[in-house]
Amino acid sequence: MAVGARLTVWSIGPDPRGADLVADARTLGFDWVDDIRPADLFFLDGDLDERGRTELESLLVDPMLQHGTWEHHRAGRGEDRGAHRAATVHVVETSLLPGVTDTVADVLQHAALTLGVDLRRAATGRRFEVVTHDDVAGDEVQRLATRLLANEIVERAAVGLIDPPFAHQHSYDGTGLVEVVPVRDADDAALSALNQARGLALDPAELRVIANHFATIGRDPTDVELEMLAQTWSEHCAHKSFRAEVELPDGSVEAPLLARLRDATDSIAAPFVRSAFVGNAGIVSFVPDVTVAVKAETHNHPSAIEPFGGANTGVGGVIRDVLGAAHLPCAVTDVLCFGPTDLPSERLPPGVIHPRMVHEGVVAGIADYGNKIGLPTVAGAVLFDAGYTANPLVFAGCVGLARAGDAAPVLDGPHPGDLVVVLGGRTGRDGLRGATFSSATMDATTGDVAGASVQIGDPITEKLLIDLLREAAGSYTAITDCGAGGLSSAVGEMAESTGAIVELGAVSLKYAGLTPWEIWLSEAQERMVVAVDPDQLATLGAHADRCGVEVSVIGRFTGDRRLIVRAGDQVVADLDTQFLHEGRPRRRLAATPPAPRRNGAVPAVDHPAAALLALLAHPNIGSKESVIRRYDHEIGGATVVRPVVGIERDAPADGVVLAEPDATTGLAIGIGVNPWYGTVDPERMARAVVDEALRNVVAVGADPDKVVLMDNFSWGDPRRPTTFGALVAAVDGCVAASIEHSAPFVSGKDSLNNEYLGSDGERHSVPPTLVIHAIAHIPDADRVVTPDLKAAGNSLVLIGVTDAEFGGSHLGMVLGGFDDPLDGTAPAVDSRAPARFRRLHRLLVSGAVAACHDVSEGGLAVALAEMAIGGRLGLRVDQAPHGDPTVAWFAESTGRFVCEVPADRAARFVREFTDAGDHAVVIGTVTEHPVLDFGAWSVPLDAAVGAFTGGPRR
Amino acid sequence: MNAPRALVVAAPGTNRDRDVAFALEQAGATTEVVRLGRLAAEPHLLRGASMLVVAGGFSHADAFGAGRMFALGLTSALGDELAEFVGTGRPVLGICNGFQTLVRAGLLPGALGHNQSGSFQCEWVTLDPTPSRCIWTDGLEPIDCPIAHGEGRYVHQDPTALAAAGQVALRYRENPNGSVADIAGVCDPSGVVLGLMPHPENHVVVRQHPLWSRGTHRGLALGVFERGVRHARGC
Repeated sequence: MAVGARLTVWSIGPDPRGADLVADARTLGFDWVDDIRPADLFFLDGDLDERGRTELESLLVDPMLQHGTWEHHRAGRGEDRGAHRAATVHVVETSLLPGVTDTVADVLQHAALTLGVDLRRAATGRRFEVVTHDDVAGDEVQRLATRLLANEIVERAAVGLIDPPFAHQHSYDGTGLVEVVPVRDADDAALSALNQARGLALDPAELRVIANHFATIGRDPTDVELEMLAQTWSEHCAHKSFRAEVELPDGSVEAPLLARLRDATDSIAAPFVRSAFVGNAGIVSFVPDVTVAVKAETHNHPSAIEPFGGANTGVGGVIRDVLGAAHLPCAVTDVLCFGPTDLPSERLPPGVIHPRMVHEGVVAGIADYGNKIGLPTVAGAVLFDAGYTANPLVFAGCVGLARAGDAAPVLDGPHPGDLVVVLGGRTGRDGLRGATFSSATMDATTGDVAGASVQIGDPITEKLLIDLLREAAGSYTAITDCGAGGLSSAVGEMAESTGAIVELGAVSLKYAGLTPWEIWLSEAQERMVVAVDPDQLATLGAHADRCGVEVSVIGRFTGDRRLIVRAGDQVVADLDTQFLHEGRPRRRLAATPPAPRRNGAVPAVDHPAAALLALLAHPNIGSKESVIRRYDHEIGGATVVRPVVGIERDAPADGVVLAEPDATTGLAIGIGVNPWYGTVDPERMARAVVDEALRNVVAVGADPDKVVLMDNFSWGDPRRPTTFGALVAAVDGCVAASIEHSAPFVSGKDSLNNEYLGSDGERHSVPPTLVIHAIAHIPDADRVVTPDLKAAGNSLVLIGVTDAEFGGSHLGMVLGGFDDPLDGTAPAVDSRAPARFRRLHRLLVSGAVAACHDVSEGGLAVALAEMAIGGRLGLRVDQAPHGDPTVAWFAESTGRFVCEVPADRAARFVREFTDAGDHAVVIGTVTEHPVLDFGAWSVPLDAAVGAFTGGPRR
Repeated sequence: MNAPRALVVAAPGTNRDRDVAFALEQAGATTEVVRLGRLAAEPHLLRGASMLVVAGGFSHADAFGAGRMFALGLTSALGDELAEFVGTGRPVLGICNGFQTLVRAGLLPGALGHNQSGSFQCEWVTLDPTPSRCIWTDGLEPIDCPIAHGEGRYVHQDPTALAAAGQVALRYRENPNGSVADIAGVCDPSGVVLGLMPHPENHVVVRQHPLWSRGTHRGLALGVFERGVRHARGC
């Protein structure tokens, strides 16, 4: 029990953070909450004399903003000041769990040192005074505490005063505590019991192979070896399903999915692709002497149980992927899928965090990491669907740059004799078994058992890593990041062709008491592993010193292809790297191909004006400004086309454009995603979202002949043949679209088993979700185009074909859907699209187009409304692109753009396409009159703005 | 013309140091980004410089309040040198986290609290220079540039007196964060030290303006840095 002081810091006047909490409490059904007053807690353990207190208080309390109150604190006792102030004030205090990184406390220790104050230990917490108008049962307050004020995965909450959350001091030295796990004589039942008990998430066949392997070498594995095999062979790290042979109902066996994507990229043989599907990220080069690294990751499971930490470390992880490809990160993207934020609490499955809180936490987590590390969060999407209530999805992407050619450092290691060096954060008991955890189905108790698999990131430490790698390029021969699987994965991958010997005692730890397998598997964040020639170590060390980055030499790469891990004088793992990486039996998965209906059903629309307003107000289409504004998308000064555009900066951009302020060329990033098509027709969904991602970059001025793609699949359990069959169809759709557009895939990541086994016994799976990133070359950064209308009198031209395609359409959604949800057809792709994109590109860079917008969710009417909202101008449409008005205004046919061109050039602009046998037609005119006039019906501009900027229901 | 030497000082978590270095170079200065640790060890770097910029970011992760730890490091390591630097009339600029730092370090008046919205905001604002002693904004036209902060609400007990003393340099045309009297930037009594929350360094070429694709070329913020450089030349 700690003895010391606690300082409570209050805001003078209302704390702005309080209002948000009250609003959240109300949505969660805590109607009895009138007000919540937050305060910050500092637990200060040490002999603090008067001077010490004064120094610390002057640091922690700004007298113009705050006032502080000191209390001697003895755990469990102490007067509850809040409760005495008023009978209807309930006090809740929260703090991080011991062992969870408390960066503020670390900085405070550092400050005390500078001030010469004797502060032995420090910790932080929050105090909340919850004001109610009537008496509330204690357990209601407790429920508020755990539902809203604290997440018990990483925090503790107490009604009343909380104990100081000082990490327990471990009395024993864990190194040496190695367990030998008997597997040689185990039967299948015993193996599966072991699988369960240790949460290995291995298949029976894999367990058998492991048992046989150790039988042949005549000993049983240590827990270190077993955990390392489970991690290396996990779905998360090994992508078993994407590498599995595909068995069709007729018994025929086809190539693995990963091979299909790779073959497509090889067949395109694009000269600008430098590296595809190997290493940490895809690498391309659009201009001489500069390469671009691209990577997108998922962090779904962690974000489901701890939204802030999960999304936070997801961003940190994908940035390290780019660092691990020896590129300097320059921008971040994010695609988020949530359940309905207005979901009634009683409809929330047990053990699931309310979508509103997931939304809040995830957005805050992404903002916190991206803003603090200093990278612009530029592109993204936010989707809402009931299918994501139990399994929210968080996709984080990162783009990085590096100098190519002679000036580039050579990374041809690791060489035998190179040192194994860990850079950055210290290792703790955090993030254990993340790789295996993320490969398993979650259930109502996952929150309890998986606590250790989520952490909170430390973006500043990773920022210092970036500073170091910027300076120290050339002082290492190989680099990789510590992600899922920690050192086990990082060193294991680097040593695949060489072997290595590692001393766990040399790993710098956050606190004592970790057992060898915990050190080896820990997923503590903000760490990189580099291979360093002993002659270069001093140079690296000097750079690290200047940047304030910790360096530990933990071993060396050998040449014997054995991975040996020691703890002191004890060998705790000795694995053949061949067996570690190639020993896994190949999976064969049964696939039942989907049979999409593909009929031309058209929803009945009685009031098109009301339908348009409903579409603009739909959370998936409405303005995402409230989210985007919380991300710094300006830092770097290179964001030329932002995620929000137009006079009021509230209209959606198609793609975003990045170009250094002194550069003539740039990069465009576009995103395509549509799980609703996936539900009715996975193959067409894939082709449609590739088309959408490409439209987004072409529309801003990118070159369709210099574009690469990334795929991210978030799917259900692939061991279910229908689920795997849908995945196979989607991959085949990607392959077809990639080849049609000569747009190669260079990187991808699959997150499967996104299912939730409710205590009701039901399986909740996510809708088939494929996120496509398109990264393309902008030949002239001074010739980019945005979708906002520019001038009254200009003509509006629709390019592309409009058909009766309403499967998975948003019109269907706002009208309540077809009676049969599988009715209608997901939009097909137009074989003329590739040529159309190239022709449009030539016209865009020639300056012939004032505004360009792609047509996607909600169809032509929504696209036109978004352009009008961007320019705060009206428009008049006098030519419908289809005989059936519902099809004309609301169908979601692919491959289409609306272009704003000067009236006197419109005819020639149209002929550019029609002469080539393509479809283009002048459909209307931009007007000063603030009305969207569709002839038979119309919508006032301000009504459209109001509906659109209502944004996602919060 | 000789190019004055500008130091851009950075702490762990400072992240707009490169942006501001680019802006200073566009304005005609030669710049060097220096970590506070090195500056403390080699104070002659400061003596040899003719202007100083404390760049924005999240120094020390904004632990227990933006800029507090950076300010502690700055004052404990360089307190006297800094006072002398200002005393000799050499210009000092603090942007965003740098502003928060200079305020906490006692070089600028007031305080910066959480935005009224309660959360981080990134958006473009228009700043109107007001008559003041500030050498960084003297004769400046209105500028457009982004804000990107969570703790940017300027607080002062007597903004009228502050303005009367000629220390209010910039005001928001539309107040984004609840700052008292729309104050976006303030200077010290001598006028050589300016602190502001918005980021002029992110609008030093026309292409950076969000309405540039609509043909709008207004409110370039390069002038702020040009004035600082011009003044530094005279020192």
